[in-house]
Amino acid sequence: MPTSPDILSEILLRGVHKWYGSYHALDDINLSIAPREKVVICGPSGSGKSTLIRCVNRLEAHQEGQILVGGVELDGDERKAEAIRREVGMVFQQFNLFPHLTILENCVLAPMWVKKMPRREAREIAMHFLNRVRIPEQADKYPGQLSGGQQQRVAIARALCMNPKVMLFDEPTSALDPEMVKEVLDTMVELAGEGMTMVCVTHEMGFARQVADRVIFMDQGRIVEEGQPEDFFARPKSERASLFLSQLLH
Amino acid sequence: MIGRLILSYPDAARRTGGLLILALTTLGLYALGVSSAWLGYLAPPAAGWLDENPALGRFVAALLISLIVAANWKALQQLSRRQQIIGVWIELFALLMLFFFSFDLSFTFIAKKIGFLITQGVTTTLYISAISIVIATIIAFIGAIAKLSKNGVVYGLATFYTSLFRGLPLLMQIYIIYLGLPQVGYVISAVPAGIMALSLCYGAYMTEIFRAGIESISRGQTEGATALGLSPSQTMGLVILPQAMRVIIPPTGNQFIAMLKDSSLVSVVGVWEIMYLARTLGQTEFRHIEMLITASMIYWVLSMGLELIQSRIEERFGRFNAR
Ligand SMILES: Nc1ncnc2c1ncn2[C@@H]1O[C@H](COP(=O)(O)OP(=O)(O)OP(=O)(O)O)[C@@H](O)[C@H]1O
Ligand SMILES: [Mg+2]
Repeated sequence: MPTSPDILSEILLRGVHKWYGSYHALDDINLSIAPREKVVICGPSGSGKSTLIRCVNRLEAHQEGQILVGGVELDGDERKAEAIRREVGMVFQQFNLFPHLTILENCVLAPMWVKKMPRREAREIAMHFLNRVRIPEQADKYPGQLSGGQQQRVAIARALCMNPKVMLFDEPTSALDPEMVKEVLDTMVELAGEGMTMVCVTHEMGFARQVADRVIFMDQGRIVEEGQPEDFFARPKSERASLFLSQLLH
Repeated sequence: MIGRLILSYPDAARRTGGLLILALTTLGLYALGVSSAWLGYLAPPAAGWLDENPALGRFVAALLISLIVAANWKALQQLSRRQQIIGVWIELFALLMLFFFSFDLSFTFIAKKIGFLITQGVTTTLYISAISIVIATIIAFIGAIAKLSKNGVVYGLATFYTSLFRGLPLLMQIYIIYLGLPQVGYVISAVPAGIMALSLCYGAYMTEIFRAGIESISRGQTEGATALGLSPSQTMGLVILPQAMRVIIPPTGNQFIAMLKDSSLVSVVGVWEIMYLARTLGQTEFRHIEMLITASMIYWVLSMGLELIQSRIEERFGRFNAR
């Protein structure tokens, strides 16, 4: 269901298409996400979930349609893309921490170089967020010395240090050992409580139930279904979504 | 079958193996025609017997050498790892010196000339190499970025450059630059021509090293940095290069050592570096071998200096890998 153009939306996609060569990865995506809204995207592997959120901060370029973030259109102008990336934090499945820098250095890098923040201030902010994700005592270690769950929480803190309006999560818990999933999800739940706009690709249904305002189900590059989590999980409308959910449960 | 035997009698197997190696070394030395003259020096009474039985004498010599080597090996096994390393270095160095002494060198001649060889030759070699190293590194970095570029023109330029300068012998490059550039109206003196040839040649090799280093860093690192808002050049300088350094430094150290020695080629255009001086100083009194060995030793010492610097830098960039 295409959303009507809405200047109040934080993220707006209108008729977005993307091809990898001849492969149609995103097929006519229309989506509007309001400020402070929490959206969970799910769907089978290869359905285009990562591609979709990576288009939002232009790690991938779309070829047709419009993408606006905070009212700024991603139209190929690199400066606009960089401006948007300053407002949009991203957390990856593989953490993507910088292994040659300590935890603290990972966190102060972008504030110091992108926002030209003085080192002292950047360190204070970094320590604030490391406290929030409950690993201030690891600040001087290197990422390789931390567990996966700790690394992912650092990655979240690192993104938060830029004070973003929007946070994008691409399967943040699927590279983690089961016992570490909870600590990362707890951090995300807390974050959700603070009014951040969040777009999460995840298959953690408990998390989706708890925080999502809306669940979006994708298949073959299209948004097949969207709805509130209770409705979507209890009564999926499409056959593909019910099949997907039944596979997820078993 | 043999495997089972070795497994059931490990001690016996080890001893048999040791004896086998000893026998093979002895036979090898014998076959290579090892001299038995040294037995005569050590034990003069045996000299007569050696003259009468040359083949047997040769065999005894081979056996004795094998035994000495074996005993040496055993003795070294008693030491700690560090002592073993130092021991091996001292022994091999002593053998090398013995080899040189066997040339009957005139040390007074070496002592007379070495001062100038160092003040003039080493200084020139060092500054030609140092400047070339800096320029080659800059070229390599630019070349690597160009080779990773999506722009066809830039990529074409970079591949042509690396192909040409890796493909021509360095000696030709030196001649072509020194003799060829004046033809197109640009007169260049010997030292700049040498520096230019060395920089361009080694820049081409190092372009490949830098490119491979940069490409070895996973795409996730670039994406992580980009998503944080870092510009492409910040991403390169703050995230990719510092990590690529670990891959880049060891082969680059090799290149620097090779370049140091290849700087001897610029002697052909008359630059007064180590090689040129060694040749000309040796010629005057027909003491070539003295000067060549001295020059070789100087190159070796300089290379060891570079090795030392390399391991320091490696330590610095390898830090984050320590657990
Ligand atoms: N760089 C690329 N080049 C070519 N094809 C790609 C590229 N990136 C993704 N694709 C293809 O696009 C499709 C969608 O990929 P995407 O990563 O968005 O899927 P996904 O929904 O995130 O799947 P997963 O759950 O496995 O992460 C896949 O079929 C994938 O093979
Ligand atoms: Mg994905």
